[in-house]
Amino acid sequence: MIEISDVTKRYPGGHEALSSLSLNIEQGELVFLTGHSGAGKSTLLKLIAAIERPTAGHVIVRGQNVGRLKRAALPFFRRNIGLIFQDHKLLYDRTVFDNVLLPLHIQGLTGVDAAKRVRAALDKVGLLKKEKARPITLSGGEQQRLCIARAIVSRPALVLADEPTANLDDAYARDIMDMFRAFNEVGVTLVISTHDHELIRRYGGRNVQLAYGKLVA
Amino acid sequence: MKAWLVHHLHSLKTAAEQFRATPLATLFTVLVIGVAVALPTGLFVLLDNLDRAAGGVKPQAELTLFLKTGISESQGRDLAAKLAKSADVAAVRFISRTEGIGKLEAAGLADITAGLPDNPLPHTLVIKPREETPAALEALGARLKALPEADRVLLDTDWVKRLTALMGLGRDMVYMLAAMLGLALAAITANTIRLQIYAQRDEIEVARLIGATDRFIRRPFLYFGGIQGLVGGLAGWGLVMGGLQLIEGSVTQVASAYGVRFTLSALGPLELLAVLGLSTALGWLGAFFAVGQTLRKVETF
Repeated sequence: MIEISDVTKRYPGGHEALSSLSLNIEQGELVFLTGHSGAGKSTLLKLIAAIERPTAGHVIVRGQNVGRLKRAALPFFRRNIGLIFQDHKLLYDRTVFDNVLLPLHIQGLTGVDAAKRVRAALDKVGLLKKEKARPITLSGGEQQRLCIARAIVSRPALVLADEPTANLDDAYARDIMDMFRAFNEVGVTLVISTHDHELIRRYGGRNVQLAYGKLVA
Repeated sequence: MKAWLVHHLHSLKTAAEQFRATPLATLFTVLVIGVAVALPTGLFVLLDNLDRAAGGVKPQAELTLFLKTGISESQGRDLAAKLAKSADVAAVRFISRTEGIGKLEAAGLADITAGLPDNPLPHTLVIKPREETPAALEALGARLKALPEADRVLLDTDWVKRLTALMGLGRDMVYMLAAMLGLALAAITANTIRLQIYAQRDEIEVARLIGATDRFIRRPFLYFGGIQGLVGGLAGWGLVMGGLQLIEGSVTQVASAYGVRFTLSALGPLELLAVLGLSTALGWLGAFFAVGQTLRKVETF
């Protein structure tokens, strides 16, 4: 699914976020990325999602070399990946429903079919009753769940989540982890960055630990 | 195909919502575009009317050929018949010396003609040219002057020339104004769109992250630019119509002082279509440049 070989990412100014990192992730895996802040977890996720390009080495996702992707191919590449952000990146000028509709709309799916899928996704994250609400009226946990609904509505085979539970209290965090596990059980590959070791202990899965841009375990 | 259509409709809807979201700013922009459209259009309409007015008053361009005194009346009539067959002549009228003096008497100059020892007038040909351009008149005049029977040729092309030149100048000014204000229109639109893109940065970023193509992102802005141009064009047309309405009264007064009936004509439907099409295209073009340039700046990858 994901092949990372000898990848280095250096930012302008010289800061090296990742140094010669190699990692393979198989289809259907549930992977936790852990490490101190600044260890390179977010950078690694951005490289996999083609939000950043590696300075050296290869990142190959579903057979596509991310570093070599043409600008025009990028949107189509991203459509196969569900992205979940720590800061949600929701659009506050539209309803919960419309936020989840956006990825489908971008892919040209509209009408009744799209509405059905939006409602299915909202149902999975328990927000079906709030489809007409504005995201700003939702709690932090609900906003995160909305972000998850948007990430899964187009049924991606790969979901990347950057600190999805960082700002949530324990009960909400467990909620969200339960959802992730459910997705994983139906075959979705998940890569989740977190620094909550308790969470990993409870949910199992593979733990990839980073420190200063290098693989520790 | 259906998805494509829905997509375009959605872009259109998004653009329309943008208008609704900022009504005052949109109104001002539309007004500015309206003025930019109204200036050249108004000048064009005025010129058009002036041309029509001048056409109504303009006397038939005629050349008057005075024959030499030795030429007899029958020789004069032969010449008239011969000239009437030339390609550049539309009609020839022969006025004999007796006819000429009669006309003078009829015009109330009998006192003067009565004092003359004998008729001083030559036989005269009044020639109507087929073409009325100054160049054609000039050429015909030169040809007539070279005839052995000719004494003098009277040809009054100066005022035709002046009018044509002034009209040409006016037309050039319309083009110049249109070009300059068209540029302004595109620039105004570009600026509006640029501000909008900055205001919608988050939305653009999110859309990109979840796989929106450049076209998807660009389209609502292009629609917005086009619609703004179109509405601005309509505003410009309204301004011109209002202006015409305002000066209509005084135009009628001036016309009646000259003893003619004259009504102002507005833009024809084709011309209106051209104005609206142009303002729409310019708005779209301004948006296109703004989007291309600004989207690169808010690039994430």
